[in-house]
Amino acid sequence: MIYREAGDFKTSYRADGQTFPIRLERWGYYTVLAVAFGIIPFVINDYWANAVLVPFLIYAIAALGLNILTGYAGQVSLGTGGFMAVGAYAVYKLMTSFPGVSILIHILLAGGITAGVGVLFGLPSLRIKGFYLAVATLAAQFFLVWLFNKVPWFYNYSASGQITAPTREILGFAVTGPTTSAPAKYLVCLVLAFLLAWVARNLTRGSIGRKWMAIRDMDIAAEIIGVDPLRAKLSAFAVSSFFIGIAGALLFAVYLGAAEVGEAFGINKSFLVLFMIIIGGLGSIFGSFAGAAFMVLLPVLLKNVLVGNLGWPTDLAAHIELMIVGALIVTFLIVEPHGLARLWRLTKEKLRLWPFPH
Amino acid sequence: MKLTFPALVAAAVMAAGPVLADLVVPNLSYRTGPYGANGTQYADGFNDYFTLLNERDGGIGGQIVQVPECETAYNTEKGVECYEATKDTGALIYNPLSTGITYQLIPKVAVDKKVLYTPGYGRTSAKNGRVFEWVFNAPANYWDGASVAVKYLLDQNEGSLEGKTIALVYHNSAYGKEPIRTLQELGEKHGFSLTELPVEAPGQEQKSQWLQIRREQPDYVIMYGWGVMNQVAIQEAANIRFPMENFIGIWWAGSEIDVQPAGAAADGYKSLTFNGVGMDYPLYDDLQTHVIDPGKASQGGQHVGSAVYSRGMYAAVVIAEAIRTAQEMSGTDEITPEQLRDGFENLSITPERLEEIGLPDFGPEIAMSCENHGGSGMARLQQWDATAGQWNLITEFTEPDQEVLSALIEEDSAAYAAEAGITPRDC
Repeated sequence: MIYREAGDFKTSYRADGQTFPIRLERWGYYTVLAVAFGIIPFVINDYWANAVLVPFLIYAIAALGLNILTGYAGQVSLGTGGFMAVGAYAVYKLMTSFPGVSILIHILLAGGITAGVGVLFGLPSLRIKGFYLAVATLAAQFFLVWLFNKVPWFYNYSASGQITAPTREILGFAVTGPTTSAPAKYLVCLVLAFLLAWVARNLTRGSIGRKWMAIRDMDIAAEIIGVDPLRAKLSAFAVSSFFIGIAGALLFAVYLGAAEVGEAFGINKSFLVLFMIIIGGLGSIFGSFAGAAFMVLLPVLLKNVLVGNLGWPTDLAAHIELMIVGALIVTFLIVEPHGLARLWRLTKEKLRLWPFPH
Repeated sequence: MKLTFPALVAAAVMAAGPVLADLVVPNLSYRTGPYGANGTQYADGFNDYFTLLNERDGGIGGQIVQVPECETAYNTEKGVECYEATKDTGALIYNPLSTGITYQLIPKVAVDKKVLYTPGYGRTSAKNGRVFEWVFNAPANYWDGASVAVKYLLDQNEGSLEGKTIALVYHNSAYGKEPIRTLQELGEKHGFSLTELPVEAPGQEQKSQWLQIRREQPDYVIMYGWGVMNQVAIQEAANIRFPMENFIGIWWAGSEIDVQPAGAAADGYKSLTFNGVGMDYPLYDDLQTHVIDPGKASQGGQHVGSAVYSRGMYAAVVIAEAIRTAQEMSGTDEITPEQLRDGFENLSITPERLEEIGLPDFGPEIAMSCENHGGSGMARLQQWDATAGQWNLITEFTEPDQEVLSALIEEDSAAYAAEAGITPRDC
């Protein structure tokens, strides 16, 4: 009743091919955008920005990036943390070397540099796939973290090897550094997340995305029908690393403000983002957001409920929290191995047939 | 893209609204994660001292001290979350016991106007109060530790380390890298050569480092480790039969849980410390009567008296003294973080005062000023007696080589000031 497409006619191919073909869904999407851009920036405070929304948006960008590579192009990667580190160190070097240039340009350039590094580490994908590729990208993860820890040039020869983001502004508002206001932080991440999600959606439904999916589904068949595996695979690595590099740059510059490569971009980060896309749904834009929300927000929510509301000891709450999140991950994957996005799609299909579902 | 999930979080956060209290000292502790074993003990000591003040004296200056705890798991992202979650509850001061989290918080506290107290860890050059207005790291910092260790070795070798080799085994993170510059400078000054051996966090894997030590046979090993890394290192040193009395850890590598796994083999291992060991201080009797016996001790008091517990307690002692000083200076009991900062800058903990507290000779004399946020930097050495199962203090408080250190601190803080656009204050 509430969710149906009766009377929702499409009279052109354009209308038929849009991302949200059902009117109700389209309105929902516009409402979310309106709230995200029009209301939240005016009511957000430091806690909401720094603990909830900014990390959610940044991880959503990283998950989008990995989803392009793993979900759409079928190339398993465990190097996400390392590529995020490339983005972070690139933006740090650019910020400190060219203080006059806008930080937005630096963030995009950092994405570009990461894309280059990603292509380099994507080269083995032409010969190997599956678990073997996972190990090759794992090597990238360890190599990059080691490199940024080892070579003092990357951290400007500071005594401790930490990198700290100086204050940089967009239109007179600080977006990095300690004086950044909560709305500024949030808006920068939101705008980038929105634009990148839009780009990802349009790439994946265009010819390039179809090539990626052809390679994912069966690379030999794809080659026979005329997909160039070299270009498809390397472009997937490039685009994916671009997204992940921007996520890394934002994580360091906007969110944390200071970072230590082993701690902030270790192997755990690779797993975290991989879990996000597995739980959210491989090969789905919505899934990237849902997975990021699940992995970032659920622990914060549980912490607030267990410690804040129920007054449990912090260590007990932390352990229970790990158990609950772990159990939920397992349950989700048993109930729906294709993730939250698939669950959402099924719900929608059921609703469309309601009250006569099969 | 549905934002229903944040709505749920919103409901939870709103329900868990902050409780405004008079003196709020958040405890950003970690009782889980790779360093949980150490973090637990520190957090217990920190909590228990404030519990003692609340129970015995009714708080500080008649104001109850609240110590809300937040679990960071030694993870910088969770540390940021904890800081944001507690900063609007009237929090005065932060002591996160993590160099990584400290680096995140240093720029933030200057804007939010909160005090950051990092005894024996954090950013060393925060000692320069002209640049780091809100950060205090007395009684000692990493560079002090390195210098005191070298001074001790000089004493052992009739004042000359010419031609000796020292290996530095360090946690490959901001924390472990801190002493390298100092040791290099000291190496040039005293003529010893330094071998740097990084260990990847958390530190279980150190076979190759100790193989190299066995091959190169350095005269001494200095270790900057934390958590499981210490236990593994001491065990590995025992395995290659490295003489334990030539093995010196920083204060974070000097607790019971570090040496006990190696059993008798750890006998003779030395470490630095800036606080007393054992329970032979009058304060522990008060703690027993007012906190442990009534069952109010954090975690039931299972770690009372351990080295890391005492260090957590000592941090609480210094904070309490600074709060007291701030109350006296401002004439009000309900102090603000600004007043607490002034309290820290005028803090003076004399040996007499320590005796009054019930901790005679427990820590070095602390005198801070607007310029000097790091105190004298004095530390002493302790040695593990495996048969008795206790640490013994083997030196008096020793002052580090300020000549070498102050130049380095000046240089590093100037670099930070330039990077962050800070004009140093006049003091």
